[in-house]
Amino acid sequence: MIDELGHFALVLAFGVSLVQMIVPMIGAHRRDAGLMAVARPAAIAQLALIATAFAVLVYAFVTSDFSLVLVAENSHTTKPLIYKIAGVWGNHEGSMVLWVLILSLYGALVALFGDNLPDGLRARVLAVQASIAVAFLAFILFTSNPFLRLDPAPFEGKGLNPLLQDPGLAFHPPFLYAGYVGLSMAFSFAIAALLEGRVDAGWARWVRPWTLLAWLALTIGIAMGSWWSYYTLGWGGYWFWDPVENASLMPWIVATALLHSAIVAEKRGALKSWTILLAIFAFSLSLVGTFLVRSGVLNSVHAFANDPSRGLVILCIVFFFVGGALALYGWRAPLLKAEGLFAPISREGALVLNNLLLSAAAFAVFIGTLYPLFLDAVGGPKITVGPPFFNLTFGPIMLPLLCLVPLGPFLAWKRADLFPALQRLYGAAAAAIVAALIVLAVKTHGPWLAALGMALAMWLVAGAFVELATRIGLFTNPVAVSLRRAARLPRAQWGMVLAHGGLGIVVAGIVGMTAWRQELVTALKPGESAELAGYTLTLEKVGMREGPNYEALVGVVHVSRDGRDLGYMLPEKRNFPVERQEKTEAAIRTNGVSDLYIVIGEDNGQGAFTIRAYENSFAPWIWAGAIIMAFGGIVSLTDRRYRVGAPVRARARLASAPAE
Amino acid sequence: MTRKQRRATFIALGLGILAVAVGLVLNAMRDNIVFFYSPSDVVEKSIAPGTRFRLGGMVEKGSLRHTGPATIAFEVTDFSKRIPVTYTGLLPDLFREGQGVVAEGRLGADGNFTADTVLAKHDEKYMPPEVAAALKKSGRWKEGEEAKP
Repeated sequence: MIDELGHFALVLAFGVSLVQMIVPMIGAHRRDAGLMAVARPAAIAQLALIATAFAVLVYAFVTSDFSLVLVAENSHTTKPLIYKIAGVWGNHEGSMVLWVLILSLYGALVALFGDNLPDGLRARVLAVQASIAVAFLAFILFTSNPFLRLDPAPFEGKGLNPLLQDPGLAFHPPFLYAGYVGLSMAFSFAIAALLEGRVDAGWARWVRPWTLLAWLALTIGIAMGSWWSYYTLGWGGYWFWDPVENASLMPWIVATALLHSAIVAEKRGALKSWTILLAIFAFSLSLVGTFLVRSGVLNSVHAFANDPSRGLVILCIVFFFVGGALALYGWRAPLLKAEGLFAPISREGALVLNNLLLSAAAFAVFIGTLYPLFLDAVGGPKITVGPPFFNLTFGPIMLPLLCLVPLGPFLAWKRADLFPALQRLYGAAAAAIVAALIVLAVKTHGPWLAALGMALAMWLVAGAFVELATRIGLFTNPVAVSLRRAARLPRAQWGMVLAHGGLGIVVAGIVGMTAWRQELVTALKPGESAELAGYTLTLEKVGMREGPNYEALVGVVHVSRDGRDLGYMLPEKRNFPVERQEKTEAAIRTNGVSDLYIVIGEDNGQGAFTIRAYENSFAPWIWAGAIIMAFGGIVSLTDRRYRVGAPVRARARLASAPAE
Repeated sequence: MTRKQRRATFIALGLGILAVAVGLVLNAMRDNIVFFYSPSDVVEKSIAPGTRFRLGGMVEKGSLRHTGPATIAFEVTDFSKRIPVTYTGLLPDLFREGQGVVAEGRLGADGNFTADTVLAKHDEKYMPPEVAAALKKSGRWKEGEEAKP
């Protein structure tokens, strides 16, 4: 009964979305306040209905209601509670419901907190947002109904893919979706602005926090996914350039570009139509990502759906929104008047360069990801484009961008002189050279290029610090004055410093992993030892352990270094009898700078167990840096200008200080 | 600088970066594409030894052997041709005899395929699309289905 309620709520949500799509749009066109006013209650009702459906689904999973096909296929009574809940989105239908839930959540947030938006813009934004909901709710209801019944209901479910039974992965999809779908806000604002034919500073100020929110959720989601693959897939790799990973990276790159161009649109009134185009592309790439992951065209842990008709429907949705948006752009964009002239060497110029390089990087990833699929679709040979392709394209494009990141904030708006800006970065340059020299002195093995890589990382971190120090006058004022200035510094400024510094730490992690990671593959009998990067690993014994819904083979590995006892590490190989699958649990020991990573395999038939161990230099920095970047996004989001309830002040600030 | 010159500067910059990006992509495409072949493809197309490619098919039942401390050997079949494969390292969790596999590596002069990466399907119901296509092509798709217990 309750399941029918969930289904009914979804159908109602579809109806409400249809109304929300049509009525406010007509209202905005006719300037009819009554019709426009429909948008806000409709958006909130839409959220309430989809949340109801989602809650019913969660309830069905938690209570193991196997009369639902979805639950029977993807859950099991012995599964721990957290994975019963995570199981809701660990499958195609449930993950699509989560997708529309987050979509409607964003819409409802605009409805609830959009008091300072002009009525027409708000009505149009909500109508566009509803049109996306209509498309995806129809997709769910007609091709992927999560509330299908199974009669008779089985006594037990089939379980969830053990690879997905992991805390890192349980919360990876919600964050990733919050990011993917969050870009729909930028998209809806862009379409609404095109329909109105007007983009002002207020528009850009509204788009930025939404993009920032989506960007930081996407950053966390990508970092979690990467961390998950690092410790569960047993290869110790953090990024595989897998199409599914690329599907999340592409919107991230474009969202990053959008964040930067929106600054120019907000502060200088320039790059308006380019910002709109980026907003369209960012969400389009989210849709392409949804298509790639949900259509089953990819061979991946994410590809739940194998029904080709679903892929076709999503492809149609993608074409409709991307094609429609670009057509509208071509028709209306010329109406947007450009303002704010600037010289090539200026803050704006630097941000344009940032945008061009990021777009080029997204382009390279796009080709590498979709070309093999395209070739296959037209009947060409089956090919794979692996990491070497991306290293040769993405790398060289990002390199100049990374070099220029610290310089940008030192350039003045409108017209700048390069030399004084560079002069301020002498300290950062010196720090980078010192970092390179230290690397050359300490790390005797590994490529010398790594020293340059570390210098680049230091350049980014020190550059961010110099930016902060200059803003608060750290070396020119008494410390107390500096601290007071630091406290008064706009949060967005802090956010930028953190994000750019975090980027430097990510770069250090990637360079370290690429240059100095050491690997050992061997087979050990209990009692035998092996050496890796100065560590002595002794397999003392191998035993079995019972988990809640698995049985694990546990290797007891003693670790020591130069005679110093460093304790035990316990790599596991878990066997899930219900799903008849195995899952590797790597043992990871970190000292903050490098990880010791051990994986155990099966008995090779002669009483020895395969052991694969890595010393992953700087690996933890990759995720630490990503978290710092995301934290920078959070700090920036709390900036007074974006704070809900402070609209008057924001307007006053804008009027008094147009060029900050 | 006049307005026109400024605009020209940015357009030139944009086109320049686009040209570099296209150049990089084309250059990387030339050398870094890995083709996917079934065992029948390998025999019929007489792939030159040393070429890097992906080999996909089913792991022949009863062919899995441990040949070294951490080295294993098995055969990949599409039910019409078989290719022997050796691999050093840990097999993925879902690697099993009689099920789908994709191995990436190089073919030796002796016809032995040395894999440096082995990918297995991700769950019970799932077969890599490449393997399914290869099996369909060899006309052994149904047999593959029936061969499963």
